[in-house]
Amino acid sequence: MTDLDLGMNDNMSEPLAWDDERKYDRGKVITAEQLENGVEFGRYLDVDGDAICYRTYPGTHPTRGAFFTRGTSRNEYAIYTEKGEEYEANMLRLLRKWDTINEYVPGPITVECGRDTDTAVLYFGTSEESSREALDSLAAEGIYMNAMRVRAFPFNEEVQQFIERHDRVFVIEQNRDAQLRTLLMAEFEFGPDKLKSVLCFDGTPISARNIRRQIKKHLNGDNVLPLHRNTAAVRAGEFL
Amino acid sequence: MSYQIPKFRHPDLPVNDLGYTKADYEGAISTLCAGCGHDSISGAIVRACHELSIEPHKIAKLSGIGCSSKAPTYFLGKSHGFNSVHGRMPSVVTGAALANRDLLYLGVSGDGDTASIGMGQFAHVARRNLNMVYIVMNNGCYGLTKGQDSATADRGSASKKGDPNIYSAIDLCGTALQMGATFVARSFSGDKEQLVPLIKAAMSHRGFAFIDVVSPCVTFNNNPQSTKSYEFVREHSEATGTIDFVPMRKEITTEYHPGNSHEVTLHDGSSIFLYKVDESLNPFDRRSALIALEDHRCAGNILTGLIYLNKDSRDLHEVLETSQRPLNQLDEGDLCPGNKMLLNINASLR
Repeated sequence: MTDLDLGMNDNMSEPLAWDDERKYDRGKVITAEQLENGVEFGRYLDVDGDAICYRTYPGTHPTRGAFFTRGTSRNEYAIYTEKGEEYEANMLRLLRKWDTINEYVPGPITVECGRDTDTAVLYFGTSEESSREALDSLAAEGIYMNAMRVRAFPFNEEVQQFIERHDRVFVIEQNRDAQLRTLLMAEFEFGPDKLKSVLCFDGTPISARNIRRQIKKHLNGDNVLPLHRNTAAVRAGEFL
Repeated sequence: MSYQIPKFRHPDLPVNDLGYTKADYEGAISTLCAGCGHDSISGAIVRACHELSIEPHKIAKLSGIGCSSKAPTYFLGKSHGFNSVHGRMPSVVTGAALANRDLLYLGVSGDGDTASIGMGQFAHVARRNLNMVYIVMNNGCYGLTKGQDSATADRGSASKKGDPNIYSAIDLCGTALQMGATFVARSFSGDKEQLVPLIKAAMSHRGFAFIDVVSPCVTFNNNPQSTKSYEFVREHSEATGTIDFVPMRKEITTEYHPGNSHEVTLHDGSSIFLYKVDESLNPFDRRSALIALEDHRCAGNILTGLIYLNKDSRDLHEVLETSQRPLNQLDEGDLCPGNKMLLNINASLR
């Protein structure tokens, strides 16, 4: 299905439902009463260690709680500063905030093939259906792989553990530069040999056939000794 | 380098109806160039807010990027502020104003921020008649990046180190009128007696109130070849008339002669008294305002003062019929009809 197919036709979804137990959560907000009672407020002040700071709504209190959001460097109280240590402290807070977020982002969805295998695939978003179909097709040929759908960045620990317990993971994505694979390598320091790219960037959605073809190409390639390595081995006398 | 503004003030500073002195409306010390017109505009904003007795925390000040957009740091230190992305201040104000209609929204922008990078946003915020004051500190150049010509620089005008500008200038008042602004004025940073009443009237107007303030850049665009210099603007400025602003709470004590003044009552009950100099301009008629702008431009003059006011303005909240209670004060009970209602909607679509 192309973009034009999607754009020019009606697409049906399952009926939407609302969970009446859900409550609005507007995050960490300091009220007028708290300000009146002397609670310390700094827009970028980390008071409880999770690096996520409290805010106020505009107009909350006549003399306390107002702040100026700005692009330039500022201190914990949102005041303009050019002090290096204050800028650095705020940047380190943002790094800690990243760690906090790890625990809140949606976890990955793992699909175990039920067989003993050291190979897996990893994908995200709209590559899922084609990937699952490709895995079924490969399973029919006796090639079994576990699968994981990544749902958020920063990655959860489960993603790292999943990759670690396999020798080889095919990263399926629909862009030219293997962006997910690059992120995984940068975040977890996996080597390029462990993570193999399966890409599609020809303007059409990735198909199961395409995924199956690319994976099989990689698998077959493992059984062949490249010509230049073979020649080098002969010269070294290893095959004599 | 950071400086602190001195805290010492005269003990007998006059207080307004709320008991605040003018110092309560000031901000941090300015880091703009000495003599910058923008600082005069900041001073006019401080004076207007103090004299109108607006609670500082009930004002939200927002800006884009540029020398002008740095200025909100230098006034209203007790107000919430948001220094947004280049040219995107109108979007941020729109969101904030829809969430909380009870605040007074003061947008500050520059000629680059409005006439180039944010032109699309400017056009649409005027068209939607968002209830806000939009001040452009217009110096005809990009002062923060060494004085390149901006889109409001007149053809033939040259900055300190530049060649004469080869492109047509965008007249922001004319653009605002064409886009549907309901309050349009122009002033000069060096004329506080005109600027302060205009800011007060703009703050009392319900709808999009636009003030283009010519504000010379002393560092890059204040030379004799520039049409945005102090000297040129003083010599070529022609006022539509003079205006007085009388807040709703104040008793009108001055005697206004009916023959040469016109009283206009604003939405909040305040009045402005308009003394017209140019009899050909009818500031309540958009066509007349556009003709007056063009006539003065052709004569090589800058028309200042109140140029247009729509007395029947209906702001965005009125047009959208939004809740009188600010949206940010509503909770699940007010806003979420629940799953049962959603099922009914689903059923109605089958």
